Amino acid sequence: MTLEIIGISVLWLFLFGYVIVASIDFGAGFFNAYSLFRGKQHILTRIIQRYLSPVWEVTNVFLVFFFVGIVGFFPKTAYYYGTILLVPASIAVVLLAIRGSYYAFTTYGGLRQKRWTYLYGLSGLFIPASLSIVLTISEGGFVSEGSAGLELDYWALFTSPLTWSIVVLSLAAVLYISAVFLTWYANKANDEPATELLRKYALIWAVPAIVTATGIIVELRDHNPEHFSRLMDLWWLFGISFILFAGTVYLIWKREMYGLAFGLLAGQFLVAFFAYGISHYPYLLYPYLTIYDGFTNEAMAIALIIAFIAGLGLLLPSLYLLLRLFLFNKDYVQGKRDDHA
Amino acid sequence: MGNEESVFFSRVLTELTLSFHIIYATIGVGIPLMIMIAQWVGIKKQDEHYILLARRWTRGFVITVAVGVVTGTAIGLQLSLLWPNFMELAGNVIALPLFMETFAFFFEAIFLGIYLYTWDRFENQKKHMLLLIPVAIGASFSAIFITIVNAFMNAPQGFDIVNGQLVNINPILAMFTPAMPTKVAHVLSTAYMTSAFVLASIGAFRLLKGSNHIYHKKALLLTMKIGLIFSIATAVIGDFSGKYLAEYQPEKLAAAEWHFETEEGAPLVLYGVLEDGEVKYAIKIPYALSILAHSNPNAEVIGLDQFPEDEIPPLYIHYLFDLMVTIGMWMTALSLIYVLGTWFKMRFVKSKWFRWLIVLGGPLSIIAIEAGWWFAEVGRQPWILRGIMRTEDAATSSGQVDLMLLLFAGLYLVLAIGSIIVLTRMFRKNPVEQELADRELEKEGELR
Repeated sequence: MTLEIIGISVLWLFLFGYVIVASIDFGAGFFNAYSLFRGKQHILTRIIQRYLSPVWEVTNVFLVFFFVGIVGFFPKTAYYYGTILLVPASIAVVLLAIRGSYYAFTTYGGLRQKRWTYLYGLSGLFIPASLSIVLTISEGGFVSEGSAGLELDYWALFTSPLTWSIVVLSLAAVLYISAVFLTWYANKANDEPATELLRKYALIWAVPAIVTATGIIVELRDHNPEHFSRLMDLWWLFGISFILFAGTVYLIWKREMYGLAFGLLAGQFLVAFFAYGISHYPYLLYPYLTIYDGFTNEAMAIALIIAFIAGLGLLLPSLYLLLRLFLFNKDYVQGKRDDHA
Repeated sequence: MGNEESVFFSRVLTELTLSFHIIYATIGVGIPLMIMIAQWVGIKKQDEHYILLARRWTRGFVITVAVGVVTGTAIGLQLSLLWPNFMELAGNVIALPLFMETFAFFFEAIFLGIYLYTWDRFENQKKHMLLLIPVAIGASFSAIFITIVNAFMNAPQGFDIVNGQLVNINPILAMFTPAMPTKVAHVLSTAYMTSAFVLASIGAFRLLKGSNHIYHKKALLLTMKIGLIFSIATAVIGDFSGKYLAEYQPEKLAAAEWHFETEEGAPLVLYGVLEDGEVKYAIKIPYALSILAHSNPNAEVIGLDQFPEDEIPPLYIHYLFDLMVTIGMWMTALSLIYVLGTWFKMRFVKSKWFRWLIVLGGPLSIIAIEAGWWFAEVGRQPWILRGIMRTEDAATSSGQVDLMLLLFAGLYLVLAIGSIIVLTRMFRKNPVEQELADRELEKEGELR
């Protein structure tokens, strides 16, 4: 395996981590707002707050890790994506900023108002939408390199069906991942009504998630035939992903083993995410930038990989401790402990 | 929008983001250490008040951390969005500390979550305090790594340029630049100093506003002591920084001191104004600049005459330098008088006017932080990478920077107002007397 492949795999893995934890976070915000709207807030709020409070900061780090890492391993992405993404990335940052600080303000500062809860829930849906635009752009066809530098064709971007399919997929996936996780979490907390409600949401959102995912593969056939043919070569990975999806839905439907259901869901997204990533190879931005001409020098690559291994040595035990103290602590999950500062 | 405007707005937006971020970041670096000290003193002395102090600081700290995290994310992305050419070049050489900074941040985030949510979980308070060590270490190491990146911009090394290509890159050498030791030390000590004085200013304010509780008095003395120690450290490190500048970035020192002609036995110019190239109303201390630069009253100090005109930083940085140093000296004196006055039981340190001076000290320290950063950053103009890349060659070619400036300005306004409202409400609604009484009741309940 070359250093380039190691680099992109590490980053892709962290992006996957962000997709999962951020989906839980964004979806939780949305369900919380929706249940308030439907007058069912008493069912969900406690469960959601208890999960989110100790981990909200960690979620953000996954994203920071990804964008710092990609500039480190692939400095040319700073030039290409940096120039193009000024507007969409800035909007995403502003939304993330408002969302993150609002969460801290309300949770610790006791600033609670209905309309803010709605805004919070909605902003969580705009963020995946604005971030997923990067995936659309990476498919090529929206960027031109002229004498004045790189130019992003907003009109083509916003009128492309591919853009909107990816946006819808990101939204459906966010709500689906979040609902499955929270079903499991509510069940662990022995919270019957919350489990039932979330189970219903999980089943509802499973359908659009799988439909749009399939739709995008079809759309790529016209938009980027080269990418499409490489996707087809990996059909068996998408097959595995679909079987895992079916397993999750079955277990949720049968009200059995929610923990395993979430595990299957994580596996489903992991396989699909990597299959998509592998099929994108070797392009970072089609057709301008491949992982080979964008890669950093060898000395830096080795230094980064060593730092990465050392960092993981520090992080994994700490993350394990965090999960053990909260996610896997019965008393905490069931709300028998409330020890916050 | 032409490229010139893009450069201008990119600079304004970066300055705005960083100026806003460093207020919260400085507090974020310093406060964990203060919390740790308070909790340690509380355990040592078996004094409930210090433990409560740690707990209340922690609660406020979460709010500032939240704003620090989100604005830090903003500047992290803006580096690539606004300065793509710079990041492309720098990514090859300086990515390592940037990458390590995210690890430090990750580490801090995990343990802060644990620390916050296990306040009463452990029987033994010492165990709980152990959780705070990684928080403080993570916070300080984020500052160290990110300052290393900034030091690299001031004194780039660890690579060769052959025909416009970067070759022989050495990531470790790029981290340990000549600018790095003084920068890192100065950033850390001023962050601790500022946090201590901000907390002292809160304690003094409560004492002025009616509460005469012993808790606030303990808080005030503790923070003023810590502030004194770090302000002395800051002054010593500041002196080393001056010597570094004289050696490696003489144009920055010369511009800061309005030192136009290279000469031996150079005088130090304090205050004053510059009118048509003439320095007026300034205080001149003979030989002091030579002492500051080389520890030798007769040493030669390089002046601005040695540099081409388009490589000289703006001369207004002199005011920023003076402001920073004056506030530093003032705070050292103020905290020294307070600590001595308390030891010798002098009455004036408890008087209203003196407490108001302490209240003023927190905001002043933050102003000094801002002034210091503006001085350091504007002082390396016109370079983004000193001697290698000019700022105007690094900026984005995008035409929407002005709109983004408005967007972010709005964001920071909302965050500033929000954090101030939340912080004041948090402590107004739950004064320390109330919390102490509540804790008493809780304990009795447990005993029964």
